[in-house]
Amino acid sequence: MSAPAAVVIAGASAAGLSTAETLRRQGFDGRITLIGEEGLPPYDRPPLSKEILSGSWPDERVWLRDDAALSGLALDLRLGVRAETVDTGARAVRLSDGSLVSYDELVIATGVRPRRLPGTGDAAGVHVLRTLEDATTLRTALAGSPRLVIVGAGFLGAEVASVARQAGADVTLVSDIEAPLSDVLGPQLGELLVGVHKDHGVKVVTGTRVEEILVSGGRAHGVRLAGGPVIEADAVLVAIGSVPNVEWLAGSGIEVGNGVLCDEYCQAGPGVWAAGDVANWPHPGLGERIRIEHRTNAAEQGMAVARNILAGDARAPFAPVPYIWSDQYDLKIQIYGLPRGADTFAVTEGSLADRKLVALYGKDAHVRAAVGINMVRPVRAARALVATPTPWTAATAVKEGVAP
Amino acid sequence: MHITIDEEKCCAAGQCVLAAPEVFDQRDDDGIVVLLDADPPEAQYAAARDAAAVCPAAAIMVRE
Repeated sequence: MSAPAAVVIAGASAAGLSTAETLRRQGFDGRITLIGEEGLPPYDRPPLSKEILSGSWPDERVWLRDDAALSGLALDLRLGVRAETVDTGARAVRLSDGSLVSYDELVIATGVRPRRLPGTGDAAGVHVLRTLEDATTLRTALAGSPRLVIVGAGFLGAEVASVARQAGADVTLVSDIEAPLSDVLGPQLGELLVGVHKDHGVKVVTGTRVEEILVSGGRAHGVRLAGGPVIEADAVLVAIGSVPNVEWLAGSGIEVGNGVLCDEYCQAGPGVWAAGDVANWPHPGLGERIRIEHRTNAAEQGMAVARNILAGDARAPFAPVPYIWSDQYDLKIQIYGLPRGADTFAVTEGSLADRKLVALYGKDAHVRAAVGINMVRPVRAARALVATPTPWTAATAVKEGVAP
Repeated sequence: MHITIDEEKCCAAGQCVLAAPEVFDQRDDDGIVVLLDADPPEAQYAAARDAAAVCPAAAIMVRE
């Protein structure tokens, strides 16, 4: 297989940039077209719900690379335009400015967008959080110490609750599940985190669906819960998950479902690849299809795709140990692997009471994930138990022997 | 090769230590990156570049 002459990357965030950089590092000197809809240079999203929202960083700190590093990549950078359609037969992408860009290899890194509540379109005071603009808009709203209702208690909702409380907002977190975060972290750590939020003065409403955002005069003034109760609010953040940006691929022959459906090499067809939040691939180690909406995976998958593009027949399956983190109040939560779906749980260092611990999650008698709360180095050590799925009894016995 | 780090951006992921343990470490208390070798030998170049690339906070700068 001959090396490609032109690579087009749709999406100029972490995954797209990582693909471009790795191609250059690997010696690729052909054209790299990097397409970014937002009109901003590649920027980092995790700080949006943390340092940018709190105002502790100037906005420019989110740029992933400075001008010199970016220009050093010699990219055909197309910012402020969207990839609109792709013709996989002719190998060309049509952009929203009407231009046509040909490719030998196409990398789909178009990410996700926030899921919204139906019928709440453009009312003032209704927020989502995905872009830098979303973050600065919400930051402005927080400056007035508003009553904030957060719909959805995943990591995003929980991080915003943390920042908003510290900014003096009156925060209500509404989740339609009984034990927020327990779907991701299990009941023990889910309960721990809900307790932390309550201790910081967040009102937590669980097992209750938000039926409607109440709007009058074009501005949100509260939410109505299932069964009728109303919570008055000055601002409402909708943080109920995301939708992969795949609609532009309709009719292209590229298979989409929950994201772009790839093989274990992150390839979705001849000359078509996907990386980052939008990519759905069968993880060889886990034995199941996954799609990961997290920062570390975006960089790692972009690297893997770039290497596979250049590898010819020597391409390698993408089998990372997923890593996720979340900062809430003074807690740093770090996750290796996928706790979701685990059938066994054990705290192996520290304790739930101290809110400082390492916990292991097992499935089929093997370690599937390790989670640390404020135990940065110990949880990194526990990663090895996940990287090579260690028999549960051996992993917990060793740990119990070490920890008093 | 010269490496610089931005401690304020660092999010304590430790991915750099996994990629290049001879170049990076983490502080015990908060996990913030510790640069062991700002001018590593050539044998460490590839690992150091990987560390910079996988850092989820873009806190590692490599100049060559």
